Amino acid sequence: MIDGKKSKIENTYKSHPVEILGIKDLTSDTRYFKVRFMDEEMKKQFVYKPGQFVIFSIPGLGEATFSISSPPTRRDFIEFGIRRVGSFTEAYFKLKEGDTFEMRGPYGNGFDMESLQGRDLIIIAGGLGAVPLRSALLYAEDRREDFNQVFFLNGARSPEDMLFREDFKAMAARGILDTRLSVDEDPTGEWPYEVGFVTALIPKLAEKINPENTTALICGPPIMYKFVIQELLKINVPKDQILMTLERRMKCGQGHCGHCAIGGRYTCLDGPIFTYYDVQHIKELI
Amino acid sequence: MPKNVFPDFIELIKTKGKLFGPVKQKSKYSFEEISDVQDLDFDYQRTVLGVKKFLTPPRYKTLSFDKEGTKDIIDEPETNIVIGVHPCDIHAIKILDRLFLGNIIDPYYASKRENLTIIGHSCLPDDKCLCQSTGTDMVEDGFDLFLTELEEYYLVWVGSDKGLALTIAAGDLLSEDISDESIREYVRWQQKRSSMFKAVMPSFKYMADIITLNYDSEIWEQFGEKCLSCGTCSLVCPTCNCFNVDDKILMNAEEGFRERMLDSCTLPYYSMVAGDHDFRPDRTTRLKLYYTHKLKEYIGRWGQPGCVGCGRCVTYCPVDINVITVSEALFGEVCDTKEVCE
Repeated sequence: MIDGKKSKIENTYKSHPVEILGIKDLTSDTRYFKVRFMDEEMKKQFVYKPGQFVIFSIPGLGEATFSISSPPTRRDFIEFGIRRVGSFTEAYFKLKEGDTFEMRGPYGNGFDMESLQGRDLIIIAGGLGAVPLRSALLYAEDRREDFNQVFFLNGARSPEDMLFREDFKAMAARGILDTRLSVDEDPTGEWPYEVGFVTALIPKLAEKINPENTTALICGPPIMYKFVIQELLKINVPKDQILMTLERRMKCGQGHCGHCAIGGRYTCLDGPIFTYYDVQHIKELI
Repeated sequence: MPKNVFPDFIELIKTKGKLFGPVKQKSKYSFEEISDVQDLDFDYQRTVLGVKKFLTPPRYKTLSFDKEGTKDIIDEPETNIVIGVHPCDIHAIKILDRLFLGNIIDPYYASKRENLTIIGHSCLPDDKCLCQSTGTDMVEDGFDLFLTELEEYYLVWVGSDKGLALTIAAGDLLSEDISDESIREYVRWQQKRSSMFKAVMPSFKYMADIITLNYDSEIWEQFGEKCLSCGTCSLVCPTCNCFNVDDKILMNAEEGFRERMLDSCTLPYYSMVAGDHDFRPDRTTRLKLYYTHKLKEYIGRWGQPGCVGCGRCVTYCPVDINVITVSEALFGEVCDTKEVCE
């Protein structure tokens, strides 16, 4: 550069078109999208890990980050869960099957599932946290023999608020993963699973796991982390085996725009998965 | 290079590209396009904006779109030459290069950087220059040419192939014979310059530790109380690069563009995510991010602060929140309460 060399640089900001294969409502304000790259080369090139994210682009509205919800073990499509919270997501609620939009990525470190082989996994999701963790969950189902015990604890405010409710019920019925579904409140009284905060499910695992061989994967609203971490520490899950996925404002996804800085780390490059050990002293974490 | 041929040198440079240099505008200086050598004024301490004006302009387009599709807007190769850049601002460019041309290259920055030739110029400090404390008062690389102004000569340092090409083109205007007297004069000049720094802050190299020790100090609240959240500090800081991205649609509702604009972590909503959760809703936490990132985290990641001591925040913050006042307050806090000084 400085030596005056002219070189062709790949534009990492370039988005690629995808086609919508399927849409369904998950809750009153959250919708499921199944997409596929239009370009054959991108279909092959796009390899990702659970926990990674992409950036959607709508010319005129801008860009926004979304977590990938499908597992890398299923290669024919990519899935997302999108909650309607503003003008950008509102635009997605107007899209129909067969429509196209553009995205770029994947970004972030993601969960290194291969490094977790042979371990007990506790996957803990709260609310929208089920969207990114579903990728790790389905990976664990598809590659069940890679892991020792796998627990899935999922919390939602009420039965209607539970994302992928039917999928998770089916998952519980399949029994490949030890699935425990919890709602904070059950006004109907018909919820056949747990009622109460998801954190209350953690102590029940104390007798079942070998803490030294256990890794916890967590994603949920900011308020959830503190209590979940407390409970995990109580059952002796090592601090460096508590993997938390965090959300921050992002404009670039590649360490340039500065918005996602937490202390000296960029959520987009160093995260969004952080171990509790790594960030326990970073004050403004959650 | 004898001073009397400097105008010829400028004329030569102008044939190589569009020339920019420090120009006095009322009481302030700015890097502006130079048509006449008389417009250049090297007797200045700092421009309002540093060289980031050329590399990460306050606002620029990255993408255009219409009904047919989208198109990247990446600068075509051209040559912009900026002359009169001080060592602190060259260090700032090196910091920006590290970020934008690191593992993931930003194509927009890269094209602007590739198009820019940097000719540094020596300077003398005022009471707001703290580059001696940040270790950025001298510069060995990051420029194409660097001119040190002595009594009758310019000493010309060559910093790159681009710079070398310019010196070859300059031919007889430059001489390789440097007299012993010129060297002695240069050493005397350096000693004089070194002794002129008034804003010397011995505490600066400990700032990473001091900020860690003071993370919960009330001082942050006091500064937060004063801060206007105007973002001026980020705008003028030569290493502040945070940007926002926004899409605009033209009135015909058929075409538009995506643009980047400088952002500041001190502005409201900087850390707000979808669903209106704001991770830094108050001025104190935003200001703390600004200073911990610049003075502590940069040291952790790169071994040197993100401050190059240019004194712009010292000059332009309307309520005197700047690297000097913040560092001194935090250092004082450690000294007063924790008895670790001396």
